[in-house]
Amino acid sequence: MASVDLVWKNGRFGQTSRRDTWWLEPLLVFLGLGAFVVYATWAAFQGNHYWHNQYLSPFYSPEIFGDSPHSLFGPKPAWWPAFMPFSPALLILWAPGLFRFTCYYYRGAYYKAFWADPPACAVSEPRNGYRGEKLLPLVLHNVHRYIFYAATIVWFFLLYDAFVAFRFPDGSLGVGVGTIVLWINVIFLGGYAFGCHCSRHLTGGFLDAITSSPVRHKLYNAVSWLNANHKKWAWASLFSVAFSDIYVRLCSMGIWSDWRIL
Amino acid sequence: MAQATFRIWRGDKNGGAFKDYMVETDQGMVVLDAVHRIQAEQANDLAVRWNCKAGKCGSCSAEINGMPRLMCMTRLDQLDLSMPVIVEPMHAFPSIRDLVTDVSWNFEVKKKIKKFKPRKPDAPDGTWRMQQADIDRVQEFRKCIECFLCQDVCHVLREHQKHDEFIGPRFLVYTAALEMNPLDTEDRVADLKERDGIGYCNITTCCRQVCPEHITITENAIIPLKERVVDQYFDPLKKLFRIFGA
Repeated sequence: MASVDLVWKNGRFGQTSRRDTWWLEPLLVFLGLGAFVVYATWAAFQGNHYWHNQYLSPFYSPEIFGDSPHSLFGPKPAWWPAFMPFSPALLILWAPGLFRFTCYYYRGAYYKAFWADPPACAVSEPRNGYRGEKLLPLVLHNVHRYIFYAATIVWFFLLYDAFVAFRFPDGSLGVGVGTIVLWINVIFLGGYAFGCHCSRHLTGGFLDAITSSPVRHKLYNAVSWLNANHKKWAWASLFSVAFSDIYVRLCSMGIWSDWRIL
Repeated sequence: MAQATFRIWRGDKNGGAFKDYMVETDQGMVVLDAVHRIQAEQANDLAVRWNCKAGKCGSCSAEINGMPRLMCMTRLDQLDLSMPVIVEPMHAFPSIRDLVTDVSWNFEVKKKIKKFKPRKPDAPDGTWRMQQADIDRVQEFRKCIECFLCQDVCHVLREHQKHDEFIGPRFLVYTAALEMNPLDTEDRVADLKERDGIGYCNITTCCRQVCPEHITITENAIIPLKERVVDQYFDPLKKLFRIFGA
């Protein structure tokens, strides 16, 4: 491909003729994602107040080892190295965390908001060098589908938790505000995870003749329907998962009381 | 009639400058109308490429108030006329003069993409059979009018001048239209990874945002192609299945 000689080269950072508020969206992404990362990291290292009766915080589910009744294999194992901090969240949070980190939508959003690459469409960048996702380190984003598999497993545990949230400590079935919070969260997370681009590819996008299997075709259409609003699912689920943790945490600390509706 | 100021870039490959023109505006005018009025009344030597004035030929691509747009599809009532309207040529291509750029690089890129190679006909009369739903996916890509606004806004070309290593969103859409065609038997995935530089795309979605035909470039063309590259080069399990399948 022939080289081209351009008049407009090496613009200074932020240079643009745009008159709209192009900086607003990357700023909101920076604040929203930044706040989530700070809160999620803090919450993951707490190691306490992550369950309240039948509710388990999604940051801590599945609880592989831990002190709550939700733990799958009992308390922290004796072989856990003393020098390493322990929190049940640290064992599992890598999967949903990396899923968002490698997600196609979030990649486009945080490249703009955190790395100004570019700051916004048709706005000059702070650096001239560019490797994109062709070379290390960003070529590693191609593991996204494997992270998707891991995040899907975690989602099924969250679905199980949402069912468990119907069973109150006295053994009766009912609906509390926490039950609704966990169900909204699992629905938003499902819409986000199963509508992701690699899910769309794996359910049929890799084929040229998708209609060759009617079931696969229907599945592909359903995933494509979710995928059309992937950005909205991504943000809705980000807020819902953080709020679910806050809700369980504040109930566990006795600051909020879980109101039983039914 | 209201008056509006148009700040138009005048120059060529050696450089240039903005020049202001005051224009009488009428109801329903588009930017191209205003540029034509300036050309007729104030600057007879103003170079501007245009053809259909209906958003279908892709000739009058430019940057209006900083965003790549078709001049013929940008109505003045969409713009804030209390400030000068900035009209520039596309930044990602060499300047010829004023608002006209040399987009011939795109045609050279297109020639290098492997052509459509259909399977053997399905019927004795030399025709094929396929489902409408299968072809709907690539029909979207055929709406492209080759205005090259997506190429212009892509920061890989615009900011980093990777014209030697990256074919840009327009030709990723073109490749997707061929690669996803149910009749096509050619394999372009290796080219996408190596020669066409699909890995340079970092999914800013700017191409989709400026497309006047509203083609979902990023989500329906580029990301599915990226996933096909992953299938072939970055998915060890699939590789294993392929080995045993073969």
